[in-house]
Amino acid sequence: MNIGTQAVQIGLEWDTRTGAVSVPIYQTATFRHPGLGQSTGYDYTRSGNPTRQSLEDGMARLDNGARACAYASGMAAITSLLLLFRSGDHLVVTEDLYGGTCRLFDKVFDQFGLTFSYVDTSDIAAVQAALTPQTKAVFVESLTNPLLKFADIPALSSLCHDLSLLLIVDNTFLTPYLLRPLDLGADIVVYSASKYLSGHNDTIAGLVVIKDAEMAERVYYRQNAAGAVLGPQDSWLVMRGIKTLGVRLDRQQENAAKLAGWLKKHPAVTKVYYPGLEDHPGHALAKRDSRGFGAMIAFEVANHALVEQVLMKTRLISFAESLGGVESLITFPEVQTHADIPPELRARLGINNTLLRLSVGIEDCVDLIEDLRQALET
Amino acid sequence: MKFATQLIHGGQAADPLTGALGVPIYQTSTYRQQSVDHFGKYDYARSDNPTREALEEAIAGLEKGSRAFAFASGMAAISSTLLIFSPGDHLVVCEDVYGGAYRVLTSIFQRLGIRSSFVDATRLDAIEAAIRPETKGIYLESPSNPLLKITDLRGVVELARPRGIITLVDNTFMTPYLQRPLELGCDIVLHSGTKFLNGHSDVICGFAVVGDPDLGNRIRFIQNAFGAILGPQDSFLTLRGLKTLKIRMDQSQQSAEKIAAWLQTRKSVIKVHYPGLADHPGHAVNAGQADGPGAVLSFELESYELTKQLLERLRFSAFAVSLGGVESIISYPAKMSHAAVPKEEREKKGIKDTLVRLSVGLEDVDDLIDDLQQVISR
Repeated sequence: MNIGTQAVQIGLEWDTRTGAVSVPIYQTATFRHPGLGQSTGYDYTRSGNPTRQSLEDGMARLDNGARACAYASGMAAITSLLLLFRSGDHLVVTEDLYGGTCRLFDKVFDQFGLTFSYVDTSDIAAVQAALTPQTKAVFVESLTNPLLKFADIPALSSLCHDLSLLLIVDNTFLTPYLLRPLDLGADIVVYSASKYLSGHNDTIAGLVVIKDAEMAERVYYRQNAAGAVLGPQDSWLVMRGIKTLGVRLDRQQENAAKLAGWLKKHPAVTKVYYPGLEDHPGHALAKRDSRGFGAMIAFEVANHALVEQVLMKTRLISFAESLGGVESLITFPEVQTHADIPPELRARLGINNTLLRLSVGIEDCVDLIEDLRQALET
Repeated sequence: MKFATQLIHGGQAADPLTGALGVPIYQTSTYRQQSVDHFGKYDYARSDNPTREALEEAIAGLEKGSRAFAFASGMAAISSTLLIFSPGDHLVVCEDVYGGAYRVLTSIFQRLGIRSSFVDATRLDAIEAAIRPETKGIYLESPSNPLLKITDLRGVVELARPRGIITLVDNTFMTPYLQRPLELGCDIVLHSGTKFLNGHSDVICGFAVVGDPDLGNRIRFIQNAFGAILGPQDSFLTLRGLKTLKIRMDQSQQSAEKIAAWLQTRKSVIKVHYPGLADHPGHAVNAGQADGPGAVLSFELESYELTKQLLERLRFSAFAVSLGGVESIISYPAKMSHAAVPKEEREKKGIKDTLVRLSVGLEDVDDLIDDLQQVISR
């Protein structure tokens, strides 16, 4: 089945009693047992909830994994995955990671004796050089935030599998609609489902999909034990969002390609990062592995004063954190999403005080261009 | 403000914009910002959500704390709070601690270098003997689950305070209506809000509450970084449940006292564990630190056959996991709440195969006793 169809079909198989085409929201904490030693398959909502499970099952199908687990946030998903490791373990991670992930690694798990090496994971030799005998996993973003570097997942997976390392891919920016990391050799894929999957800027949620059934059991154990699960209402909203994932992303990408081209020609814009542009370093890789280039754009303006001007003057495009929703959002990574990254690293990566990140929505592109035009006008 | 009034008005002022008495459900992931230099109070819903915040303020007020934090489950509250400790730290834990807490301590936190000793917390000398130079926390339930053992909380604080040890109390069974551990000198109160606080068996949620602002900042950092937060719909439902906490608890407790007394008259009931009974070993201590014995009791039957019949034949008490709802729930600790504890350990702690736990709901007590009588006929 085509992935766009699979996305629309999420949750449809569920309610055999009434035939309802929308999965019921099981707002329940517990489930009555038919008898001692018997169970309906559900005991307690932290351990399993039919609404959440419908989302998890649908997501496992979309990403071609053995199982999926849903969490209270994208960060809760990543934290729960980190509980797979123990003190002394080492991970090689993408250097321009989302600031929240970076904070979690450096300020929470670092003190529990997990160590992290930050490297440019688009450079396989750099990944190889960072490996130590304690290395247990490589954690990358398929398309990085905010500089949109593209990861070579097939190359990373062959390196990881030779050495029995886990390859974990944060696929938030691409979603399974555009790229399926498990098909390319990754072991685990993680999402902030608050972004494209839910897609309406109205839910905080995280998802993990695991390729191998045995590893999936270990991940599930931690989902249940640490209990950072997604509630039934939010599970239902994420499924509702996924149904329009294909049409949303189609339109968002179309708008993003036009906007990237327009920004590139604008005199006040000094640099545009978008994988769809032919001169983008990951362009060829993106064409090879992905069905599209996504709908995130980063760009530099001529001076810092313009940053404030743009953020204050855009009318349709909201100045707000987050991304991936139907509404276009603009953010200032240096102080918003990436404030937790050390300043030296930020500077080296190019996350500076003239960089803006644009999450392109599904508005009419003519209006978005007009909004940016008037905001950039001096 | 008296407790009953605080339940209705604490942390739940009318919406200033519309005057709505119900706290609005802010189903949003992000917030539009007005200024580049000064972000508004709300920037991303994992960090702050007004619906969740109203609930957190209400709980902090009821527990006489300075701050409360809402989590995706009771276990998420416990796991997040335990992340404030460091590798090498040691915890003294009551031996019949909830099975989920036992599991997370022994399987996950042990791997991260946090060690736990399980002791009979009814004995202050046993707690004191277990304290080591590296002990950083004493983790208690009073009453404990499922044997309703009572710990002298003031006595523990006297041991812990001079040594700089943090006292954590899971106050799920009592709720702040009956017991306020922070007022007794304890440092952190934990809750499975799924139980009496929400009270309708329809939400999974958890809380951590503190008095000390520094401890509050440490938990707040983890809440945001780990991200195991409670969603807006579940936050609203818990606020709604909270309003009837006192009248629910009054009714359930009154019924529990009657049922405990009735069970004591039955020949086939070997033992009744309920702190409201004058012969309960913790009766006096509980009366000195709490305003009531609560609405959960457990009892041992003369045979496994009778136990099985009871679990399967009751009409009004659902045989299910969980407790603290408007519905009476009967559960079987050996296979449910304490299934994660190895059988040998379990039996040593007195959690026998003939032990059942009853959470008394709001049904008429005569119906509940009639229902029990049809199985426990003598």
